[in-house]
Amino acid sequence: MYPQTDNWIERNRICEPVGGKLMTPGYKVVLSLVVIGVLAIIYRFAVGLGASTSLSDGYPWGIWIAYDVVTGTAIACGGYAVALLVYIFNKGHYHPLVRPAILTSALGYSLAGLAVAVDVGRPWNLWKVPLEIWKWNTNSVLLEVGVCIFAYTIVLWLEMSPAILDGWRRGKNEALRAFAEKQLPFVQKMLLFVIALGVLLPTMHQSSLGGLMVIAGPRLHPLWFTPWLPLYFLITCVGMGYAVVAFETTAAAKFFKRPFDRPFLGLLEKLSTVTATGFVIFRFSDVLARGNLKYAFEATHFAFFFWLETLLFLGPWFLRLFSGRITELQRLLGSGILVVTAGAIYRFDTFLIAFQPGPGWVYFPSLVEVLITVGLIAAEAAAYIYIVRKFPILMGNPQKTYTSATEVAPA
Amino acid sequence: MGCDRRSFLKGVAVASATAVTAVSPARADNDKRVLPPEAIGLLYDATRCIGCKACVVECKKANNLAPDTHYVGNGLYDAPEGLNEHTKTVIQLYKTDDEMSFVKKQCMHCIDPACVNACMISALKKDADTGLVWWRSDRCVGCRYCQVACPFQVPKFEWTKQVPNIVKCELCKHRLAKGGQPACSEVCPRQAVIFGKTRDLLADAHARIEKNPEKYNPKVYGETELGGTQCLYLAAKEMPFENLGFHYSQEEAVPLTQRTVQHGVYQGFVAPAALYVALAFVMFRNRATITTEHSEKGE
Repeated sequence: MYPQTDNWIERNRICEPVGGKLMTPGYKVVLSLVVIGVLAIIYRFAVGLGASTSLSDGYPWGIWIAYDVVTGTAIACGGYAVALLVYIFNKGHYHPLVRPAILTSALGYSLAGLAVAVDVGRPWNLWKVPLEIWKWNTNSVLLEVGVCIFAYTIVLWLEMSPAILDGWRRGKNEALRAFAEKQLPFVQKMLLFVIALGVLLPTMHQSSLGGLMVIAGPRLHPLWFTPWLPLYFLITCVGMGYAVVAFETTAAAKFFKRPFDRPFLGLLEKLSTVTATGFVIFRFSDVLARGNLKYAFEATHFAFFFWLETLLFLGPWFLRLFSGRITELQRLLGSGILVVTAGAIYRFDTFLIAFQPGPGWVYFPSLVEVLITVGLIAAEAAAYIYIVRKFPILMGNPQKTYTSATEVAPA
Repeated sequence: MGCDRRSFLKGVAVASATAVTAVSPARADNDKRVLPPEAIGLLYDATRCIGCKACVVECKKANNLAPDTHYVGNGLYDAPEGLNEHTKTVIQLYKTDDEMSFVKKQCMHCIDPACVNACMISALKKDADTGLVWWRSDRCVGCRYCQVACPFQVPKFEWTKQVPNIVKCELCKHRLAKGGQPACSEVCPRQAVIFGKTRDLLADAHARIEKNPEKYNPKVYGETELGGTQCLYLAAKEMPFENLGFHYSQEEAVPLTQRTVQHGVYQGFVAPAALYVALAFVMFRNRATITTEHSEKGE
């Protein structure tokens, strides 16, 4: 039923634009949140960081880093997780998952980049970080994260380009169609190198995101501090990636009334459950080996959050216990939500809760910080809805017979 | 197909070469750092300090820092609680019913500074000779990772400004350049804080302890703590440094663990380049097998 070809672009013939009316009342609500977010960004630059945020010398990083960058890009790891599955583990029949996953990732990373530009105090110097290579401090984990995220955002849009070109090729505009016809064979040829980068780069920076807090060393609570932080962030981002794709595929199918394949969800759920459980086992052994497990049994909020993370990561197993009372679909969706929430809380804890700047410092995000974060999420949703309506991203009717097209010569 | 593979391998070779070249300045750097040859710093002797805060006032004058009237209002008193965007040095007080001590805070000028290690394009730099840690405005993006990294919480960010700088003690390097010394040590009426070469200061500190063992805490804080610092501290006999706000006594420098992890993985960029080649190769192989796989299943 799926196109049988070694041409990656042709294998996506099953994807079709959703079409339909764009300016629904719901879409207008989303757009107004974007507008409020933009106004909040203007306010932040007008008055400076001190007046617009709750950030301080004690808590120099707030939700823009902990959510938009660290959690946001982990949630945007769907593209990474699916690329691993389809291209590296060669589960070619999962190919219809690729485009929606890459789209979410591309949007997530782009907006994380924007959040960084809002967060830093001197954004006019930001361009020097990826470009002035001779100034690089190769000891800086943040440099690795920054350059990698910058490069990966470009890679994600390159990975996305076949879908956009494919949309133009199928469209009515003659000029765009001719352009797409001309470019697609070239894109098809370079795609392998781009996708390989698209697997390498997240492996590097998702682990380094955890590595960032290794330098906070003595100021990070012992339940979170470990030299293994990079590995933990890498494992959890893969688990979150599969969970997000499972959630997103189902949500998109429901929302846009599209068909979806339940067996897909089953495998994604298994993968996310296995990685989440693997993480819990690793982490417990590590905490135990360091002799820090005692902190988990103290009456502190640290212990509370430690157990909350652990239970959420193991949540999919609890859902299995209730499999008689909930439908299979509910279980799969619930499992995805639990793992993503667990990974998000783990990231918040590592960057904010477990970070101890000493007595007297408190942080709770200001209204401006929240409005900007909500605005960025809304912008992501708005762009996603626009693109899936206009371009062939989501799976069309799987019953339809697709034949390999001859317009593009196989590479 | 043969042609394909050849061009593929060529591409891979080019890509890996690019990757390696781009990061070749990366060197093995997970070694322990030592005191720079001409290391300079301060020695603060808490037993001599009378808490007059002349150093705080003089520092503000020398560095054009605004008064901090936030804590004691009406704009009448410059009374900083701690280091902040207006304050590069501060005198703090530890007091219980039967003991008390002042303590001066400023940048410690670490031998292996976490801030310098953290900074993306070296806006924070440690001088190779004097070991002075200073900040360069043209490189700073204001990411504040230095603040996350510094175990002494020294770098401060100008939160109230639209064009914020990082504020920290640079040992009055503008005065040093003219042959002078830091404002705080020059003005101190009791020589509670003195400026000099770190090696001399350390010898001086040990001499004071040896001469008056009943007066001093036998430890010189900064000699070994967190990899060693160029600014050193003496405290009174029964006064643990913990009470003066120095919470860390481990000898390992903060950035050492991170460098070990980071360079273990990224040494010479070999591992990422190899991973890239492997990934591209696996994908290339997979692409060739996909058609047969599907037709075998008879879909």
